[in-house]
Amino acid sequence: MAHLPLGQQLLDSCAALLLLLSFAMLSQRRVVTLVNLYAVQGAVLAAATLLLAWRTGETHLYISAALTVGLKVVLLPWLLYRLIRKLEVYRDTEPLFNVSGTMLVGLVIVVFAFSLAQPITRLASTATRSSIGIAIAVVLLSFLMMITRRKAISQVMGFLSMENGVLFGAMSASYGMPMVVELGIALDVLVAVLVLGVFFFQIRERFDSLDLHHLESLKERE
Amino acid sequence: MLLVGCVALLLSWTAIGFAGLVRPRSVLLTGRVLFPLGALLGLALAALAGASLLGGGVERLILPIGLPNLPMHLRLDPLSSIFLLLLGASSFGISLFAGGYFRVGEGTAPGLLCLQYHLFLASMGLVLIANDAYSFLVAWEVMALSSYFLVTTQHRIPEIRRAGLIYLVMAHVGALCLLLCFGVLQGGSWLFTFHAMRAAHLSLGWATAAFGLALVGFGAKAGLVPLHIWLPEAHPAAPSPVSALMSGVMLKTAVYGMLRVGLDLLGRPVWWWGLAPLVLGLFTIIYGVLFAAVQTDMKRLLAYSSVENVGIVFTGIGLTIIFAGSGLKVLAALALLATLYHCLNHAFMKSLLFLGTGAVLHATKERNLGRLGGLIHRMPWVAWLTLIGVLAIAGLPPLNGFVSEWLMLQAFLFTGRLPHAFVNLLIPMGMALVVLGTALAGYVMVKFYGVIFLGQPREASLAHAHDCGWLERIGLSWLALGCVALGLFPLQVIRALGSVTHQLVGAVVPQASSAWWLLAPVPGRSVSYGPLVFLMATLAVVLMTVLAVRLAYHQRVRRGPAWDCGAGGLTARMQDTAEGFGQPIRNLFQPFFEIERELPEPADLAPRYRIVVRERIWRLLYAPLVGAVEGLANAAARIQRGRISVYLLYSFVTLLVLLAVALLR
Repeated sequence: MAHLPLGQQLLDSCAALLLLLSFAMLSQRRVVTLVNLYAVQGAVLAAATLLLAWRTGETHLYISAALTVGLKVVLLPWLLYRLIRKLEVYRDTEPLFNVSGTMLVGLVIVVFAFSLAQPITRLASTATRSSIGIAIAVVLLSFLMMITRRKAISQVMGFLSMENGVLFGAMSASYGMPMVVELGIALDVLVAVLVLGVFFFQIRERFDSLDLHHLESLKERE
Repeated sequence: MLLVGCVALLLSWTAIGFAGLVRPRSVLLTGRVLFPLGALLGLALAALAGASLLGGGVERLILPIGLPNLPMHLRLDPLSSIFLLLLGASSFGISLFAGGYFRVGEGTAPGLLCLQYHLFLASMGLVLIANDAYSFLVAWEVMALSSYFLVTTQHRIPEIRRAGLIYLVMAHVGALCLLLCFGVLQGGSWLFTFHAMRAAHLSLGWATAAFGLALVGFGAKAGLVPLHIWLPEAHPAAPSPVSALMSGVMLKTAVYGMLRVGLDLLGRPVWWWGLAPLVLGLFTIIYGVLFAAVQTDMKRLLAYSSVENVGIVFTGIGLTIIFAGSGLKVLAALALLATLYHCLNHAFMKSLLFLGTGAVLHATKERNLGRLGGLIHRMPWVAWLTLIGVLAIAGLPPLNGFVSEWLMLQAFLFTGRLPHAFVNLLIPMGMALVVLGTALAGYVMVKFYGVIFLGQPREASLAHAHDCGWLERIGLSWLALGCVALGLFPLQVIRALGSVTHQLVGAVVPQASSAWWLLAPVPGRSVSYGPLVFLMATLAVVLMTVLAVRLAYHQRVRRGPAWDCGAGGLTARMQDTAEGFGQPIRNLFQPFFEIERELPEPADLAPRYRIVVRERIWRLLYAPLVGAVEGLANAAARIQRGRISVYLLYSFVTLLVLLAVALLR
C-alpha cells in the first residue's frame, strides 16, 4: 500500500475530492456557490478521466473527458448561471432538515456505500476499483440533497451531481460506459436542464416563487 | 375451407366497419350501403356455419398474427358452428334494421357507430372460433370494449355514462375470472392452446376451481344473478339494434364459453358441478321474471326478461353436466339440445322484441310504458311482427319458445334415473320453478304487448307515431320468420344439432317416431309434439269460428268503443297501467323487492302517485363491496402527500432497502 504508483495516488485523491465536494454541496445554501461547486466537481471528474485514460491508454476515455469539460464545466454552469440571474434566486430558503443533521445522515450513508461496494470491488479488475465505494456514496449523497432542498433549482443541482456520481462509478468499475451510452447520457442531461429551465419559468409564473411547497396545492383534495 | 371462409367474412366485417370512417356523418353511406352489406355477410356466415354443422367435421387453422411465437389458433367444430350460425342469422336481421335505424344527431356519428358495430360482430365471431386462450381473451376484450362504446352512444347523458361504467366494470370482473380460469386450465404445461388444455390432467380441486371461475366469468357476461346488474342498466342505455345484438347474441357467447370450458376443455365433468349452474339458473329465472313484471320502462323490462332466459339456459347447462357426469349420455344430449335450442330461440325472439321497442322509441320518443298505448293502429307492421316475438317468448305453441321449454321439461322429467337419490328428490322442485318462470314470462309479455300496442293511446302525441321504414320491416320480418321456422320444424333443427351433442356428450337425441313432422325425443315414452298439426288445428278452429260468426250469427262487423261497459265517458288514462298490471306480483313477491312508495294525501288536489322498485342486491351486496374498495383506495391515497421531497424520500428509502437486501444476500 505504501508504494502506490503516482497515477494511482492522484486518482484516489480525485475520488476523495469528489466525495468532499458532495458533502460541500450537501451543506451549501447559496445557489450560486452550488453551481460553482458543481463546475469544480465536473473538473475533478474530467481530471480523473484524463488520468485514467493516460494510465490505461483507452482512447475513448479522452473523448469522455473532453465531453465532461465541455458540458459540465462550461455549458451547464453557464446555463445555470443565466437561469439564476433571470429567476433571481440566489439563496435557498432554510432546508427541510438542519444542516448538521443532514451531514450526520450523509456520514451513515457513506459507510453504507462502502460496505455495499465491497463485493463489487472484489470482483472488479480495474485499477480504480477502490473508488467504487466513493462513486456510490456520491450518488446517494446527491439523492439526499434532492430530498432536503426546497427550491426546484437546488434539486436540479442534486440531480446533475448524481449523474456525475453515476459516471464516476461506471469509470471506476469498468473504465467507462460504451461511447454511445455516454453520449446519450450527456445529451439527456443537457435536454433535462433545458426543459427544467422552461419548467421553472412556468412554476414561477404560476406561483410567483420557485418554492416547491406551492406544488402541494396541486394534490387532489379529499 | 369453411374456416378460411369464416375468417374472410370476419375480416370483411372489420373492413366494412372502417369503411364507415370514410364519411362518418353520411347516413346514406352507412345506413343504405354498409349496414345492408354487413347483413349479407352475416347471412353468408350463417350459411357457412350451417354447412359446417351438417358436415360435423373439425377444421383447424393457425394464423401467424399476434405476438412473436404466439400465433392465432383457430378451430371450427360443431359447437362453434351452431353459435356462428346464431350470430350470422340473427345479425342479418339486426343489421338490416340498424341500417334504417341509426341517424345523425344521436350521439356518436353513424360512421363511427358502423365501425364499433362491425368490430363488435367480428370480435364475437372470433370468440367463437378461437382455439387458444390468447386469441379468445383478446377477442373477448375487443367484444367488451366495442360494446361498451356502443352502449354509450348517447354519451352526453350522465345516466348512460353511468350504465356504461357499470357494464365495463362487470365485464372486466368477468374477464379477470376467465384469465384465472385459463391459467388454471393449462395445468402446469404453460401451453395456452385449447388442445393442450384438453390434454392437461387437472386434479379434482383444480378442475373444480377452473369450473367455478368459468361460471363466475361467463356468468357475469351472461347475466347470471347476482352478476346480472349491468344488464338492466346497459340494455336500456344502448340504441335498440345494439341492445338486440347484446341480448340476442353476446349473452350467447358466454353460454358458448361455458359449454366449451365445462364440457370440452375440462373433459368429462363431475356431476355435482352441475348443481351450481342449476341452482343459480333456477334462481335467475324467478328473479329475472319477477323484476320484469314490475318494470315500467319497456327496454328494462326486456333486459330482465333476458336475465330470465339466461337462467333457463344455465339451468339446462346444469342439467347437462349432471347427466353427463353421471354417465347418462342420452339424457345429457337431451338437456344440451334444449339448452342450445333455447339459445337459438332467444337470439331470434329477443332481438325481434328489442328491435320492436326501437321502432316504437323512434316513432314516439318514449320508453316509459305509462305514456304508450294503442300503437297497433299507428304501427301495424311493428305491432304484428312484435306479436310473433311476444307469443314465442311467452312459450306458446306452435312457435319456437315452446319447443325448447318443452324439451327442457322433458329433460327434467327423466332425472329420476340419476343414481343420486337426494338430487332425484330435489330436481322436480326445480322443474316446478321453471314452469312458474314460464308462466310468469307469459304474464310479463301480456303486460309488455298490451300496454304498448293495445288499448287507447295514453298521450296525444302518439297520434303522430309512424310505422318503421322498409329496411327495418325486412329486418323484423326476418327475425319473426326465424321464430316461426324454428317453431314449426323442430325435427330438422334437432337433427342439425346432433353433431354438437355428439361432440360434447357423445350421444345424439334419438328420434322415436318415424313421422317427419312429429317430435318424439324420449325413447320408450309416448311423449310427442307435432307443431304443424297444432298449427293446422288452431287455424281450423279460428277459421271455423270466423265462418260461424260470419254465416250463422249476426253476419256483420260492428265497431264500437271498447271497454266502456256501456256507460261511456272513459278516458285513455283510466286504462290499466304498467304499474297496475305489475301490482299483484309486487305484493305477492314483496321480499324480492325494495319498494319506495309515494302515496298522495286524501285531500290532495293534484295527487301524485310514485313507486320505485329497486333490487335489494345493490344494498346487500354491491354497496358494501364498493365501500370496501373505496376504503382501500383512500388508505392507499394516504401515502400521496403531494410533496416532491416525500416522493423522493420514498424512492431513496426503497433504493437503500433494495441495496441492503442485495448486500445481505
